[in-house]
Amino acid sequence: MQEGNVSPFYRVDEDHHAEGGSTMLGFWLYLMSDCLIFAVLFATYGVLGRHYAAGPAPKDIFELPLVATNTAMLLFSSITYGFAMLAMERGKVGQTQTWLAITALFGLAFISIELHEFATLIAEGATPQRSGFLSSFFTLVGTHGLHVSCGLIWLATLMAQVWRHGLIPANRRRLQCLSLFWHFLDVIWIGVFTFVYLMGMLR
Amino acid sequence: MLSDHSALSPIFGRLTLDAIPYHEPILLVTFAVVALGGSCVLGAITYFRLWGVLWRDWFTSVDHKRIGVMYVVLGLVMLLRGFADALMMRAQQAMSFGAEEGFLPTHHYDQIFTAHGVIMIFFVAMPLVTGLMNFVVPLQIGARDVSFPFLNNFSFWMTTAGAVVIMISLFVGEFAHTGWLAYPPLSEIGYSPDVGVDYYIWGLQVAGIGTLLSGVNLIATIVKMRAPGMTMMRMPVFTWTALCTNILIVAAFPVLTAVLALLALDRTVGTNFFTNDFGGNPMMYVNLIWIWGHPEVYILILPVFGIFSEVTATFCGKRLFGYTSMVYATLVITILAYIVWLHHFFTMGSGASVNSFFGITTMVISIPTGAKIFNWLFTMYRGRIRFELPMMWVLAFMLTFVVGGMTGVLLAVPPADFVLHNSLFLIAHFHNVIIGGVLFGLFAGINYWFPKAFGFRLDPFWGKISFWFWVVGFYCAFMPLYALGLMGVTRRLRHFDDPSLQIWFIIAACGAVLIAIGIAASLVQFYVSFRNREKLRDVTGDPWDARTLEWSTASPPPSYNFAFTPVVRDIDAWTDMKLHGFERPLQGFRAIHMPSNTGTGVILSGLCVAFAMGMIWYIWWLAILSLAALLWVGITHTFNYHRDFNLPLSEVAATEDARTRLLEGRI
Repeated sequence: MQEGNVSPFYRVDEDHHAEGGSTMLGFWLYLMSDCLIFAVLFATYGVLGRHYAAGPAPKDIFELPLVATNTAMLLFSSITYGFAMLAMERGKVGQTQTWLAITALFGLAFISIELHEFATLIAEGATPQRSGFLSSFFTLVGTHGLHVSCGLIWLATLMAQVWRHGLIPANRRRLQCLSLFWHFLDVIWIGVFTFVYLMGMLR
Repeated sequence: MLSDHSALSPIFGRLTLDAIPYHEPILLVTFAVVALGGSCVLGAITYFRLWGVLWRDWFTSVDHKRIGVMYVVLGLVMLLRGFADALMMRAQQAMSFGAEEGFLPTHHYDQIFTAHGVIMIFFVAMPLVTGLMNFVVPLQIGARDVSFPFLNNFSFWMTTAGAVVIMISLFVGEFAHTGWLAYPPLSEIGYSPDVGVDYYIWGLQVAGIGTLLSGVNLIATIVKMRAPGMTMMRMPVFTWTALCTNILIVAAFPVLTAVLALLALDRTVGTNFFTNDFGGNPMMYVNLIWIWGHPEVYILILPVFGIFSEVTATFCGKRLFGYTSMVYATLVITILAYIVWLHHFFTMGSGASVNSFFGITTMVISIPTGAKIFNWLFTMYRGRIRFELPMMWVLAFMLTFVVGGMTGVLLAVPPADFVLHNSLFLIAHFHNVIIGGVLFGLFAGINYWFPKAFGFRLDPFWGKISFWFWVVGFYCAFMPLYALGLMGVTRRLRHFDDPSLQIWFIIAACGAVLIAIGIAASLVQFYVSFRNREKLRDVTGDPWDARTLEWSTASPPPSYNFAFTPVVRDIDAWTDMKLHGFERPLQGFRAIHMPSNTGTGVILSGLCVAFAMGMIWYIWWLAILSLAALLWVGITHTFNYHRDFNLPLSEVAATEDARTRLLEGRI
């Protein structure tokens, strides 16, 4: 670089905004906006949650043991995702993939149990159309389930990308984003479990 | 929920030939005009062989400047549509008295006032504001692009896809006849069984995704990509307001997405969120939509406050008075925006305490806003004011907006609101602040930054004609509505019996015609400026002797914005550079890392239109297929790891040398 180019007004050396430097912030912002969607659904449940319209109430339809099992599935999947991230930090591709696969299995189990629960409810006549309570219940829990399903598709995609390119920086960043997303869904579920299921049984 | 789904055609859903409104002459003529105009434009593009250029340099571009320009073009095109609706309403109301029925049947008139509101807010004001932020913010903070260039392109195309869905409703089926916020129970399937509300829901859902992602993108850009030395309190005021607006977007649009999704569930699945029976609650919709809707008002006005700040400081030749207070006023408005939503429905019956709380918070907003007005006044005080077009718009804004603000404070008083609620007084008030605030500000911004975007100034003569017709037309069109509102005339009426009211509506219609002339004049202004572009050429890059970084680079800026990253030492960085002997670097350039263009955004948004059409018309196979295709294209896109390239040194040097010669030629 020429001597004459030293100026207080500009950088001669490229001020390198590292590639993907904004990704985590951007993804976190997206998550917060997603969180607001859940906030609206929780609020809706708060308003309509006792509007049974002479239909079933939480006590009549919730099966706590089943939901507790389901909660365990999701919590375990968060732990195994954590193990996948630890393996990623150590640069072990095989271990990372194994833990991701186990996470996916737990996630699948969660979705299956939830679908089973929904099917049972609908068979009993507790459909989303039955009352304001059931509309808001199915929408809140279903939206969470939809998120987990999207997370599973994303997980499968990332496993394919790790398999193809290894743990390159771009893939690490993607795994970190999914990690945020996955744990975020866990937190939302804890809210669902507490406010919808546990407090519903207390009514 | 539609009672009988089995009656649907498996292939076309509920789309039948009857959905084409060939029996309505007004729509037929509109269609003919649109088809004719459209084929002229398409023919011209083909004739001048512009398709390749458009696709390569514009549609697939990830350059924030081009995307910004495309947003503004979208907003201006939709302005013509929204304004055509306004003219029809004004004409209808001016003639429909007593025995005279006017020319619009009820069913059509109701769609027109709904479409007018939806289009003006979502597809005129929003794209124009987003476009200016997209264009200006990265330049103002000394960045090469936004944080996520592809996402930016995708966001733009999603907004456009939403506009396309809304436009399709004009010729296939119908639009909602519910008013622009589609309150239930009217918008429920039992009372609006046709596709109008579905067009509304899905058009806004698609566009809303674009808006939200663009909000995320701009926040990340402002937080992460500022030039070295640009601390938060050295950011230009426009960037500050853009930051606050995008925070509002990210924290408000999810609420709209959620509430529209719930309405869609009510309509298609048969849930009971907002129904009158089975435990639904229509007022919950009204609350939720205004929890989005009120921040939306500030999403529109805050960036415009930023424009006024930039323009006032530049054309008064002074640093903005009270920079710090301006920033804090913006932040206070950002927060207050979330705790006033209930003033839109004081008549809900929430009780005196709740109404007083929201009435007081609403009035409190006028304090930071007033502080801003005083800051602009004090900036002008003893400044050397140059009455160029942007500054003229600022002055028109300051006079007009204060009137609108005052009537807003009147409406904020709950007892007064019980009388004025839903009256034309309210219509006059919000047009007063949206036209007199947002739109005047956008015109100031367009006139101000146009030379930066295209390298030549806008013709001042036609700009002034447009200015005067707009300002006089605005007063002529909306002051009568204040009077009518005080007399108790409610909004959205198609017909009147009392002949003594007619004169006011005729005056208002004349105002609308004046505004139409103003719009025509600004189109002429664009044309004349393009024709005289050599005479209006800006070779300096700084035609207004302005103060912020975007004016330190060429007009139009090179694709990489700045050959070297600027270092910021003060507020008004460019003024600081000019005062302290900045010399433009002439050598030592380097290759620059740039993002590549991609067509994925266009494809994804096209698929979204298909998905929306499937959902609107119950064409389930189309919805499923396009959703699957969306997933597939989206995922495939993530398998492409090579999304950037190095702009070679030779090209950077050639661009910069060309500018050097241009600057020397001038001297």
